[in-house]
Amino acid sequence: MAEVSMTVNGRKVSGMVEDRTLLVQFLREDQGLTGTHVGCDTSQCGACVVHMDGKAVKSCTMLAAQASGSDILTIEGLAREGQLHPVQAAFKQHHGLQCGFCTPGMIMAAVDMIRRYPGGLDEKTVRAELEGNICRCTGYHNIVKAILAASQEMSGKAQAA
Amino acid sequence: MYQTTYHRASSVAEAVNLLSEAADGKFVSGGQTLIPTMKQRLAAPSDLIDLRHIPELKGINVDGRDVRIGAGATHAEVAGHEGLAAICPAICHLAGHIGDPHVRHMGTIGGSIANNDPAADYPAAMLALNAMIHTSKRALSADEFFTGLFGTALEEDEIVTAVSFTAPDKAGYAKFPNPASRYALTGVFVAKRPEGVRVAVTGAGEDGVFRATGLEEALSNSFDPSALDGITLPAEGLMSDIHASAEYRANLIVVMAKRAVQAAMGG
Repeated sequence: MAEVSMTVNGRKVSGMVEDRTLLVQFLREDQGLTGTHVGCDTSQCGACVVHMDGKAVKSCTMLAAQASGSDILTIEGLAREGQLHPVQAAFKQHHGLQCGFCTPGMIMAAVDMIRRYPGGLDEKTVRAELEGNICRCTGYHNIVKAILAASQEMSGKAQAA
Repeated sequence: MYQTTYHRASSVAEAVNLLSEAADGKFVSGGQTLIPTMKQRLAAPSDLIDLRHIPELKGINVDGRDVRIGAGATHAEVAGHEGLAAICPAICHLAGHIGDPHVRHMGTIGGSIANNDPAADYPAAMLALNAMIHTSKRALSADEFFTGLFGTALEEDEIVTAVSFTAPDKAGYAKFPNPASRYALTGVFVAKRPEGVRVAVTGAGEDGVFRATGLEEALSNSFDPSALDGITLPAEGLMSDIHASAEYRANLIVVMAKRAVQAAMGG
């Protein structure tokens, strides 16, 4: 058994888990944070994307023990004081989802992408950057629209600030 | 995944020691190949020794045209390194097209070359750049290091610590990615120096990464895509699988080599 402790969405958590426990299992089954999904389980689909120390990673491709000591952000930690994160709000406004299964990973990937392109994004870049996230409904059109809108809003805010 | 025991090393010496105490241990760096392989039960190490928190494996240093990349450097770090982009943009381009953004945040250059997947990108760069592979025991040239399909000169308890090379005059990388996995169906790295051109091919060889000497001669005479016009390569020794036949890969090598030269010439 491995003792793991990490910060999840700003809260210190710890637990004893089998060494082979995946980070996504730890989040879903031990912490009850079921917003992070397991889609393909073969590191392709990106439904399990969370942020570790500020960077998007696939939580199905990492042991909880590997993530011990780190700062984890999941989809549940994005909204602040009942206010949706701008990327969540943009997905809602532009209907960037159909069945919704890929949405948590899409949003976590989008937040990471916007952070890495502070100067803004264009459609080609967004589509290329989404290669690690698969939407089985093929709803990419509105996902891309939502990310572009959120990027614009967030960089606009940054300029105003 | 079968049961395993996780250990976190804080130095190379500690990692080697932890492995020596394990029944059937393995080193893990970013884990982007090893963890999926363990999930599929294709690997079942008794112990995992995590190298990701070892300070001496980190960092990218550029001194003039001399480059040293720590084995723990992630693909994202190589892709986004400004000093490296200034003297050898081809390796940044290569690193920025491995897997996807999330994989690139975890996967490392040391892990990639130690695994030597026959379709991985980095082995082609190391071989074409005539890089030195530094380990916990010695330094080897890339020619000596890569020994076949998933094969390297590494001993069981030997850890890749860094790679180093001198930036060539020009370099380029072009790959035809498998649309699902992003692994190279065929990828070609070319590096031009005053003494000649080196061309390394990944994704195509039955024995893993190899140098295309015929293409090297043609490009050493004239470093231009047109120098490869009319050259056909034999299909012998190339992989055939559901994605592409050996004949198709033979053709792709020449096409990707032309594109790599084009990229090296600046577009």
